[in-house]
Amino acid sequence: MTDLTNLTVAQIRDGHRAGDFSAVEVAEAFNANVAGAKALNAFIVETPEHALAAAKAADADRAAGTLKPLSGVPIGMKDLFATNGVQTTAASHMLEGFVPRYESTVSAKLWDAGCGMLGKLNLDQFAMGSSNETSYFGNVISPWKRNDGGNAALAPGGSSGGSSSAIAARLCPAATGTDTGGSIRQPAAFVGISGIKPTYGRCSRWGIVAFASSLDQAGPMARDVKDCAIMLENMAGFDPKDATSLDMAVPNWEAALSSDLKGKTVGIPKEYRLDGIDPDIDAMWDAGIAMLKDAGAEVVEISLPHTKYALPAYYIIAPAEASSNLARYDGVRYGLRDLPQGAGLQDMYAATRADGFGPEVKRRIMIGTYVLSAGFYDAYYTQAQKVRTLIARDFEQAFGVCDVILAPTAPSAAFGLGEKTADPLSMYLNDVFAVPASLAGLPAMSVPAALNREGLPLGLQIIGKAFDEQGVLNAGLAIEERAGFNARAEKWW
Amino acid sequence: MSDYRIKGETGEWEVVIGLEVHAQVTSNAKLFSGAATAFGAEPNTQVSLIDAAMPGMLPVPNRECIRQAVRTGMAIEAQINKWSRFDRKNYFYADLPQGYQISQLYHPLVGEGSLTIAADEKAGIPGDKVIGIERIHVEQDAGKLMHDQHPTMSYVDLNRSGVALMEIVSRPDMRSPAEAGAYVRKLRSILRYVGSCDGNMEEGSMRADVNVSVRKPGDEFGTRTETKNVNSVRFVMAVIEGEAKRQVELIESGGTVVQETRLYDPDRNETRSMRSKEDAHDYRYFPDPDLLPLELDDAFLAECRESLPELPDAKRARYLAAGISPYNADVLTAEVEAARWFDTLLDAGAKPVAAANWVTSELFGALNRMGRDISDSPVSPEHAAELLGLVADGTISGTIAKAVFEKMLESGDAAGLIVERDGLKQTSDTGAIEAEIAKILTANADKVEQYKGGKEALFGFFVGQTMKAMQGKANPQVVNELLKKALG
Repeated sequence: MTDLTNLTVAQIRDGHRAGDFSAVEVAEAFNANVAGAKALNAFIVETPEHALAAAKAADADRAAGTLKPLSGVPIGMKDLFATNGVQTTAASHMLEGFVPRYESTVSAKLWDAGCGMLGKLNLDQFAMGSSNETSYFGNVISPWKRNDGGNAALAPGGSSGGSSSAIAARLCPAATGTDTGGSIRQPAAFVGISGIKPTYGRCSRWGIVAFASSLDQAGPMARDVKDCAIMLENMAGFDPKDATSLDMAVPNWEAALSSDLKGKTVGIPKEYRLDGIDPDIDAMWDAGIAMLKDAGAEVVEISLPHTKYALPAYYIIAPAEASSNLARYDGVRYGLRDLPQGAGLQDMYAATRADGFGPEVKRRIMIGTYVLSAGFYDAYYTQAQKVRTLIARDFEQAFGVCDVILAPTAPSAAFGLGEKTADPLSMYLNDVFAVPASLAGLPAMSVPAALNREGLPLGLQIIGKAFDEQGVLNAGLAIEERAGFNARAEKWW
Repeated sequence: MSDYRIKGETGEWEVVIGLEVHAQVTSNAKLFSGAATAFGAEPNTQVSLIDAAMPGMLPVPNRECIRQAVRTGMAIEAQINKWSRFDRKNYFYADLPQGYQISQLYHPLVGEGSLTIAADEKAGIPGDKVIGIERIHVEQDAGKLMHDQHPTMSYVDLNRSGVALMEIVSRPDMRSPAEAGAYVRKLRSILRYVGSCDGNMEEGSMRADVNVSVRKPGDEFGTRTETKNVNSVRFVMAVIEGEAKRQVELIESGGTVVQETRLYDPDRNETRSMRSKEDAHDYRYFPDPDLLPLELDDAFLAECRESLPELPDAKRARYLAAGISPYNADVLTAEVEAARWFDTLLDAGAKPVAAANWVTSELFGALNRMGRDISDSPVSPEHAAELLGLVADGTISGTIAKAVFEKMLESGDAAGLIVERDGLKQTSDTGAIEAEIAKILTANADKVEQYKGGKEALFGFFVGQTMKAMQGKANPQVVNELLKKALG
């Protein structure tokens, strides 16, 4: 019998529908993989019973002829999504033991579509990080190893590192991610899977622990482009509970998938050619250009002149919003409370927040507090917002001459755990290609395109016009078909 | 101009007053959550996940709250900003679950407007005065701390958390406690007409931050202090009086007024310092990224405008034009319920002047006696109109009308029914009256002699006797005429 955990979402869905296997068999197979992969530390909470219950319901639905779009598909849920009755921590000590009595809109949609939950996936604390090294519950380890014979543990990327690691290691066929400045795309690239951040507003933010509200956007991570389309269809949709939610119908992305790019123009942003960048990255990029030409697209060079200001602007706006969004974790109503003997309210705040937040979260709260404070607001926050407007305009102008933009997802392959933790700036640089699309609210995805000389996956990024997830997915599919990326990490865990 | 002055040792001081009034928007739901807003509910029973700032919760603006604030802005003839935005005001406190209040600093919903306070000689307001209103913005209320529930801990009640407030910011245009009092009363009246706030100061639906400074007349503005959360007109006036005096004494004894926030203690009738500017919070205002800018379309604005009722100033003018006295017009328009009651009375056909006199004396007197509000008057405007109609058309006399009204208050019956049932109809039947007059003149022949001898004051005696004999139902005019004839 085939290993059910090697199947994609589409294959599980279709095979289950066809009666090739039961959903319970699928759930049990993935539950077993999850249970056997503690070394990756991809999950904060495992919920095999949830996956099984959904599988039983899926099998019953099949018998009754009432199958749902994703009946029988078990998935992983990033632990940033509130799940009713299941601990939701944002990988923080602050929310350790916090069990919401409500379900995020996105997860609720997936359960309604028939998915089961294998568990809550580890992530960078409050989604702040690019390597999954800021989690209170420990680092997530990538299933990948360098081909140098060494045994260095590699970062799965971040913040959705649990999601990327789990999918790459076949612990789940797909997972939710969230992307504030690359948190879906960069981890997807690091482990050789696909992930899409849709247009800002496509997926409701209701019930997702907020990092930076104007940037946070949920999206799927999966093994291929088609699975991303399927998952996104079942995650997206207008939600009156989120004032920034897009009031637009959700297209049938899966049905409209096409890798024929005739008549399409692909823009190559010259500002993304960085001096001194890893030649493997450049080579992959060039290969990607050739693939899209092969798919029928015309390729033009474009300019996104304000790109170099994107990262600084992002590291003002995101921490500013975070400093305010995280103020609610004060020890008063839920979560951690540190109340030293004889302490007053201020002491309680200080003790609770000192204990409950990790160093990276504190750093960003302090940056955010600083840039919003009287006397600095205009120099930092106002200026950053202006840059944000200019970056959005750069894209608008570029999309006057092209339909999608092709660029690397990250400036490097996965790095070793601990290699960048001492230098936050070099860590932040990892998001240099991902952040501009986030600031502009545009759909963008990463698809695996090549292995570098160390045998590690590299990802290509496709950025599309607002609301044009279809164009992004189609270009991604064209690369996927031509790159023929089928490498996978050898099991060592 | 007000001539209110504080007499100091160095001369006279003028007081400069600006008010920030927080008015709770009348709405069944909070500003950004669907939770209810009933006053006096058990602690923490009107709290949604959003109000408690649970992780991942998001605010969604409540259309009704925005509508009410826009209508209020229109009522003070203010500029309505079709594009406005919500900002976060960041600070930590146990009654503020989000760690920030959603407010509007940079782009308020309502811009410049004004209201007029009426002349009141007795209160030292010689003429009508226009008070500028700088802006109205909408914001969330905070929760409430309860310090008396536990020996060492404070409890938090989040029922008010997230309730919609309008902050109505005046210009520093007031110059006396009386003007400030008149401003608050007028503002309250307008809010209640519009229906955007119930104006209930005891329940905290309306409270004022009172900004006071003093200066020598003609000088630049002095440094102001802000006394927070003053919750009655009387207290607002007391705060101004006390604070102005304190500032004058401070300055004259060589001190300087510091810009600070103060608290009013009504029991001791004094303010005390809460925090100075130096340790004021840095609120780190920035646009709330959970909310898109608020954009109002013309249809929405048109609906807001069309839904506005006649406002106090317009109503008062209409009453004056109908011949109602200025005093009665003031009394009738001050409270929206009374004005509405009175308008219904007019709609039912009552004559304005007589109706105004009757309402302000008879009805208000009766309600006062019974300790009831006009909104639960036992006599409906329709019944009152019927009663006034019976007087106007001569069916009953004014005296009988009082008696009928008493019976209406007791039974709730219609005036016509009572008059009919109790046979109170005034009679102009000359035969019946003449017969009674004849009897009375015969029985009082001595007085008839005296009257004829020149003691004309006795005429009233005959009228009284006749009316008594007629059980008050005789038409007084007819009685007069017949008596004069009979007495020659």
